[in-house]
Amino acid sequence: MKKIEPNIVVKNLTMAYGEKLIQRDLSFTVNRGDIFIIMGGSGCGKSTLLRHLIGLQRPTAGSVSYGGKDFWAMDQSERELIMRSFGVLYQGGALWSSMTLSENIGLILEQYTDLPSSEIRERAALKLALVGLAGFDDYYPSEISGGMKKRAGLARAMALDPEILFFDEPSAGLDPISSRLLDDLILEIRDSLGSTIVVVSHELASIFAIGNNSVFLDAATKTMIASGDPKALLAECKDRTVHSFLTRGIPDMVKT
Amino acid sequence: MVILLGDWKSASQLPSANEAIAGIEKRGPVRSIAFDAQELLIWGSGLLTFLVSLINCAEEKNISVNHEGLPDGVQRLLRLAFAVPEHKVQAAPRETLFSKIGEAALNYQKAVSETVGFIGEITLGMLKIFTGSARFRWADLLLAIQECGVKALPIVSLISILVGLILAFVGSIQLKMFGAQIYIADLVGIAMVRAMGAIMAGIIMAGRTGASYAAHIGTMEVNEEIDALRTAGIAPVEFLVLPRVIALALMMPLLTLYADVMGIIGGMFVGIAGFDISLLEYLHETKKAITLTNVWIGVISGFVYGIIIAVAGCLRGMQCGRSASAVGDATTSAVVTSIVSIIVATAIITILCNVLGI
Ligand SMILES: Nc1ncnc2c1ncn2[C@@H]1O[C@H](COP(=O)(O)OP(=O)(O)O)[C@@H](O)[C@H]1O
Ligand SMILES: [Mg+2]
Repeated sequence: MKKIEPNIVVKNLTMAYGEKLIQRDLSFTVNRGDIFIIMGGSGCGKSTLLRHLIGLQRPTAGSVSYGGKDFWAMDQSERELIMRSFGVLYQGGALWSSMTLSENIGLILEQYTDLPSSEIRERAALKLALVGLAGFDDYYPSEISGGMKKRAGLARAMALDPEILFFDEPSAGLDPISSRLLDDLILEIRDSLGSTIVVVSHELASIFAIGNNSVFLDAATKTMIASGDPKALLAECKDRTVHSFLTRGIPDMVKT
Repeated sequence: MVILLGDWKSASQLPSANEAIAGIEKRGPVRSIAFDAQELLIWGSGLLTFLVSLINCAEEKNISVNHEGLPDGVQRLLRLAFAVPEHKVQAAPRETLFSKIGEAALNYQKAVSETVGFIGEITLGMLKIFTGSARFRWADLLLAIQECGVKALPIVSLISILVGLILAFVGSIQLKMFGAQIYIADLVGIAMVRAMGAIMAGIIMAGRTGASYAAHIGTMEVNEEIDALRTAGIAPVEFLVLPRVIALALMMPLLTLYADVMGIIGGMFVGIAGFDISLLEYLHETKKAITLTNVWIGVISGFVYGIIIAVAGCLRGMQCGRSASAVGDATTSAVVTSIVSIIVATAIITILCNVLGI
C-alpha cells in the first residue's frame, strides 16, 4: 500500500454555513513535517477551517487536496484511507463520555487493528502515560479536569501514530506550565514520529515556540490576510491587524 | 450642568435619560452638558446605562457633552463603551407570508429527505450486522436493553394498572344499567390487549427512552463526540443508533404484553372489589374475550412503536444543533414526533386490520 503524502494543499477554499459566509478564497500549503498554525480572532472560522481539513465538512467552493488529489473527488474507500492517517484533538477534548479513558483509546485501536484486547489495553495505557495520565485508565471523562481531558484527547488522537495531527486550541484553558509542556510534547511528536501538525491557536507564546508556517484568518474581511512563518510575519508583516495580534497590541481603531 | 446625587447603584428608581434631557431643555435651549458628581455616593451599571443613553440623546440634538465632572472610573468605562467599533449587521429582510410558506415547504422537503436517508442508513446498518461488518458492540446492546426493558417496568406497571382501572370504571357505569357487569372483563381485556397496552407502553417509552436517546446523542453532538467518531472512521449510525433501535424493537413487544397483563389486573380489581364478580369468573370471561389475533395485533403494534420511538429519538439527537438549548429542543421534538407517529401508526394499523377483516 502506498503511503499517503501528508501534504495538504488548500486552493481557493470558501466556507459557509448555509448562506452565512465564514471565510472565502483561502489558499495555502502545509508541507510534510510542518507545524502549521491557524491564527485569528475568536469566531473568525478557525475551527470551521479545521473541520474542512479533516473532511467533516464539504467546501462551498474550492478544494482541499491530500497528496495532490482533491479530497472530495476521491472515492469513499480512498477518503477513508486518508482519514485513517488523521489524529484529531477537538477543542473540548470530545472524549466519548460513556467510556473510560482506556476504552476511548481502545475503540480506535479496535477499529483499525486486530490486536487482542489485552494488547489494546496495554497500548492505551502507554499512550496515556505519554501524556502524563498514567494510572487514569479506568476513569470516565466526567471524573477528570479540563486540562486532563485535553491531554487524554491528545492520547486518543495519537492512538494510531497518525501522519497528520490536528489540534483545536490545545492550550486554551491550561495553566502556563501545562501549556508549555504541551508545546514540548507537540515538538517531540513531530520530531520522533515525523508527523505533520496543524494547530489552531491564539496563544502567542506557543505560536512562536512551535510554529514554522501559518495562516491568519480575519473576521472582518472574511479571508486570510497573511501567511508564512509566524516569526517572519512578526518582523515583516505590515498589516495592522496581524501586527497587533502578534505583538498583543491594541489596533488603532479600538484605541479611539 | 447635571448634578448626580446619592446612590446610583440600586436597581430601581433610576431616572431615565429622556426625562433628564427634557428636564434640562425645559429651562431653555442648551448647547452643552457638564456633570457634577461631588455628591455621588456609589454607582453601578445603572449610572453607565443612563449616561450612555443621555450622551446618545444629546448627540442626536447636537448638544456637546463634557465628561470631566464624572468620576475617573466612569470616564474610563464610557470611553470603552464608545470605543469599540460597532459591527453593523445587515438587518434581515422582512419576511412576507409567501416567503414564509415557501421556506416551510422547503424545510419540509429537507426534513423528509433527511428522515428517509436516516432510515436507509439504519437499514443498511442492520444488513451489515448480518454480514458481520457493522461497527457494533454487543455490550452496548445489552446496556440499552437493560435501560429500556427492566428499568421501565415500574412506571409501565403503574400506568397500565391505572388505565385498566379507569377503563373498568368508565365501562361499568354503562354496563351496570343492563346488569351486564361481567362484560367489564371483556371490555378491559380486549381494549388493553388490542390497543391500549401497546399505546400506553409506547407513550411511556417515548417520554422516557425516546427523550433520553435524543438528549444523549444530542449532547454527544454538542461535545463534538459524534465528529470524533466520524474521524475515527466509526459510523455513528452503526455505533450509536443500531443498538438503541434493536433494543427498543425487542423490548417494546415484551413491555406491551406486560402492560396488557397489568391493565387486566387493574380491571379485575374493579370487577372484584366493586361489582362482586369472582376472580375465577373474571378470568374466565377475560379468557373468552381475548383472541390470539388480538394479542398479535397488540404485540406487532408494540414492535412498530418501538422502532418509531428509537428512530425518532436518535434522528432528533443527530440533527441537534451545537448548544445546550438545542439539546432541549431535540428532546422535545423527539417526544412530539414519536407520539404523533405512534397515533398515526395506530390509525394505519386499525384501518389495515379493518380492510383485511381481522
Ligand atoms: N453549525 C454552525 N452553523 C452556523 N454557524 C456556525 C456553526 N458553527 C459555527 N458557526 C459560526 O461560524 C463562525 C466561526 O466559528 P468557528 O469556526 O467555531 O470560530 P473559531 O475561529 O472561534 O474557531 C462563528 O461566527 C460561528 O457563529
Ligand atoms: Mg474554535
